[in-house]
Amino acid sequence: MAIKLMQGNEACVAGALKAGMRFYAGYPITPSTEIAEISAEALPKVGGKFIQMEDEIAGMAATLGGSLAGLKSMTATSGPGFSLKQENIGYGIITETPCVIVNVQRSGPSTGLPTSPAQGDILQARWGTHGDHSIIALYPSSVKEIYYTTIRAFNLAEKYRTPVILLLDEIIGHMREKIEIPENDDVEIIDRKVPTCPPEEYKAFKVKEGDIVPEMAGFGTGYRYHVTGLVHDETGFPSGNELVADKLLNRLIDKIENNKDDIVTYDEYMLQDAEYAIISFGAIARSAKAAVDHLREEGIKVGLFRPITIWPSPDKQLLELGKKMKKIYVIEMNAGQYFLEVDRLAGKHTTVEKYGKINGEIITPEDIVSFVKEDQNA
Amino acid sequence: MPSGLVNQYFRTQNLAHIWCPGCGNGIVTRALVKAIDALGLDKDDVCVVSGIGCSSRAPGYLDFNTLHTTHGRALAFATGVKLANPKLNVIVVTGDGDSSAIGGNHLIHAARRNIDITTIVFNNNTYGMTGGQYSPTTPTGDKGTTAPYGNIDAAFDLCNLAQAAGASYVARGTIYAANQLEKNIIDGIKNKGFSFIEAMTTCPTYYGRKNKKGNAVDMVTYLKEHAINKIAWEKLPEEKKVGKFVIGELYSSTRPEYTEQYDRLIDSFKKGV
Ligand SMILES: Cc1ncc(C[n+]2csc(CCOP(=O)(O)OP(=O)(O)O)c2C)c(N)n1
Ligand code: SF4
Repeated sequence: MAIKLMQGNEACVAGALKAGMRFYAGYPITPSTEIAEISAEALPKVGGKFIQMEDEIAGMAATLGGSLAGLKSMTATSGPGFSLKQENIGYGIITETPCVIVNVQRSGPSTGLPTSPAQGDILQARWGTHGDHSIIALYPSSVKEIYYTTIRAFNLAEKYRTPVILLLDEIIGHMREKIEIPENDDVEIIDRKVPTCPPEEYKAFKVKEGDIVPEMAGFGTGYRYHVTGLVHDETGFPSGNELVADKLLNRLIDKIENNKDDIVTYDEYMLQDAEYAIISFGAIARSAKAAVDHLREEGIKVGLFRPITIWPSPDKQLLELGKKMKKIYVIEMNAGQYFLEVDRLAGKHTTVEKYGKINGEIITPEDIVSFVKEDQNA
Repeated sequence: MPSGLVNQYFRTQNLAHIWCPGCGNGIVTRALVKAIDALGLDKDDVCVVSGIGCSSRAPGYLDFNTLHTTHGRALAFATGVKLANPKLNVIVVTGDGDSSAIGGNHLIHAARRNIDITTIVFNNNTYGMTGGQYSPTTPTGDKGTTAPYGNIDAAFDLCNLAQAAGASYVARGTIYAANQLEKNIIDGIKNKGFSFIEAMTTCPTYYGRKNKKGNAVDMVTYLKEHAINKIAWEKLPEEKKVGKFVIGELYSSTRPEYTEQYDRLIDSFKKGV
């Protein structure tokens, strides 16, 4: 058992390497830069490739290129860089190219408060690229969880052939915590399914019976096929046919939305007998947990629901909470983004209140305690 | 084209191509295929990457590993593909707008890295796919749908740009002198480094019509009459160069190639250096 003191950004690279990352392309930006720096140092030692591209658009493009050539690929960015990546994230979605995009969030819009934390990209992660689509976005809340969630991000990317977004908080990205990584960590590693049929029978975008996604051949492995961001048929060729479009675009949404039971993960704390729920994620969920303890001491029956999978949303669980709770408090470092999702679901059955900060200051347990108490006394 | 080559290198089932009658794109694509054939490359080892535009549709018709990406980003995707799998012969097919407007940044950086990618720009002096707006290579004074009174921008000399940015092989050809273009593509692919080939082609539908350049044949004749071979060009007095342009191999040099450098780095760890 190796016990290490690690920064969140470091744990992210460690998890990525464990998952099999062999390609990284990106552009430096605070507070994600360490992920690039550590990848640059580590990758050539394991035969992998690192490249610093000329901007984030290129970083996203090269990441997808690396994946199409067969390597597990990742890029990391923050704030403005995440905005720049959006068009090519959509390309990754429609071409079903697995990769991991880490977004160590920072305050915005624009350059905002470059070194201050924020959780303001919840909706950009969901809807940042144009057009109808689904997406997987994960949100860990400790250094250890960053390690395991990064592995999971790669696994989901490979399994569902899609870009997976890993949302991190600056606070945890830069925080050092002790983490234990077992020497022979037998954590599950998933690799994309590659074709074994004769090349002439390969249909690059046809889903085989019993599979979730098409088998994916790396460029140069003898399966020559076409990849395009245009709507395409099962062979990969562009098509303007509405039936083809219907089938492809719905399949891309369904492969994620119909597999929520596999994709969605969350954490619950003191919810068993709770009358009130706090919903919070990432670094702020840690403040929320401390607030729960404090409020319990004062006799308020409150618990914490912490989504780890932000998208697709844990809709079943949110609906259930709505039915059970007298009230739900959504606490997030933005002006109420995840609140919209909670209110859409739980709001059918109960009152949902929001509390947020957008000035770069962390939400503390005391902030949450006084917010809840004031609301209860109101 | 001899039908043997069509059957061998084109996805014949997809050959109802989108290009207009008289478009020059087919001639450039043919020169590319003939170059690949002459080099005897294994189709499995060729990856053709493009951006968005009429010209960027070419890879879809070709039986290689083909990647039709986003507008301007072909070189950035291609850089990922090449670095991840250096044994692939990576060829980028792009338009003048795709490569030098929206994709200009990627062009200069791919050239700077001298990464072993051969880029062929189909320069028709306009944005064909979107209906004939002016591009960074539309000559000053010429018209586009967004330059109804004549373009006041200065045009890029793409070959100078690529050379200055660090390309180790630079050539220009025309669809009239297609054999020479093919030869330049062969040399570009052979070059271990970033190769840049500007193929002067025609868009009779938009650029031609808007600028009263006549029909497709007139436009090819124009290319024939205004392109001057490098050797002749060098002997030409300056005043005779006005309105003309030079074709042929314009520059070549040897300098370290990006993916080889990276592989050397990896090897240094294997040897425990
Ligand atoms: C991000 C983005 N911006 C704009 C467009 C619209 N668009 C498609 S092709 C094109 C211009 C293509 O011109 P060029 O690269 O010269 O290629 P051609 O069609 O002339 O071969 C434009 C502006 C787009 N597809 N994506
Ligand atoms: S619009 Fe111009 S460039 Fe496009 S296919 Fe037609 S002739 Fe060719």
